[in-house]
Amino acid sequence: MEGSSAPPAVEASKTITVEINGTSYEREVEARRLLVHLIRDDLDLTGTHVGCDTGNCGACSVILDGTLVKSCMLLAVQADGASIETVEGLAEEDQLTELQQAFSDHHALQCGYCTPGMLMSATALLRENPRPSDDEIARAIQGNICRCTGYWNIFKAIKAASGQEVEA
Amino acid sequence: MPAMLLREVEYARPTSVEQALSLLREHDGARALAGGQTLINVMKARAASPDVLVDLNGIAQLRGIDLDPDGTLRIGPMTTYTELIRSVEARARPILGEVCAQIADVQVRNRGTIGGNVCSSDPTNHLPPLMVAVGAEMTIASADGERTVPAADFFLGVYMTAVGPGELVTRISIPPGRHDGFASIPIGKDGTCIVNAAASANGDLRVALGCVGAVPEVVQPPSAEPDVVREAVRAAALDPPSDVHASAAYRRHLAEVVAARAVQQASERARD
Repeated sequence: MEGSSAPPAVEASKTITVEINGTSYEREVEARRLLVHLIRDDLDLTGTHVGCDTGNCGACSVILDGTLVKSCMLLAVQADGASIETVEGLAEEDQLTELQQAFSDHHALQCGYCTPGMLMSATALLRENPRPSDDEIARAIQGNICRCTGYWNIFKAIKAASGQEVEA
Repeated sequence: MPAMLLREVEYARPTSVEQALSLLREHDGARALAGGQTLINVMKARAASPDVLVDLNGIAQLRGIDLDPDGTLRIGPMTTYTELIRSVEARARPILGEVCAQIADVQVRNRGTIGGNVCSSDPTNHLPPLMVAVGAEMTIASADGERTVPAADFFLGVYMTAVGPGELVTRISIPPGRHDGFASIPIGKDGTCIVNAAASANGDLRVALGCVGAVPEVVQPPSAEPDVVREAVRAAALDPPSDVHASAAYRRHLAEVVAARAVQQASERARD
């Protein structure tokens, strides 16, 4: 029984395996390392952004074992064995997803800094809820801050990607 | 030099409550890591600097929601807000999911846990006043066994609870009831609360106010009439903090307003 076995040793660093966008990576990481720094600095997947470092802006959002999370509020060691999707995993070769194309069509980005996080949040929404209401779209991107667009074009892009009509 | 925000820390991921308890007992400066949506952030700011993190995410027995035949909910402390919002069982006490849906954003709700929320005992959190109003009980385990602490005695101060060194909350029990209310004035929609109030009208009327003191302040108005509720809050002589979001006097005013609103919601449900 697990309950009667000795507890695992405490470790300052650990070798972990994560699968990101279908590729498996094995790395030794310090326990204090945040997941976002593993993704960006160790694995050079710089599509995932760091906007605030305080868990507020959502630019670091990734999908971890099917669940949307902010990768700056997780330790890399906690992702051991997990399967992670980042913005680099959305498009197939040069073929944008419908959502990415809708972001382009509806001018849903200006500086683009928040876009990877927005795309991951909207991707998670549309998987669970392929035809979200206006309120559901707004609530789905509540954890993602955009300082350029005023959100309306992002909202329209997500709505259009769900196959619903939007005003031009 | 790669980005490194946290001070050096050691880490272990136990798979049972017994393992977690022995790790917490054996290591000075060990701290339980639940959803991490508060703790990781305060570690970045060095407001907390644990030497060892005991990650509870691998312990299946700390998750899940059971509904007893008498209507009592038994909630594992590692249950996330999202799981509470979606749980069919948790609808036995509808206010739970309703309040969890007002916490922060999707990402935080996907990771943050009910146990982490109550154990952090942040006076601006949503769940401490709610737990007090609904009469929740926390089961706390240690090497010596288990004890049960009512929510009203669980919160001891800012960031302080009845959970001592080497102890762990293993269950949160919530009695049946549907006549509850919650109202808050947050900083932006679903943001941090400036003042909040939870009310329960299952039997005697009970209101628990958050953000106005170190721990939830309980008020028991003799009736649900708004003026009576407001008078009861005034009589409690609250001494809330002043900060950039609200002066103490404004918080005292808002406390009356949210208390009356929470009671109104609870008593309307009691009439239905």
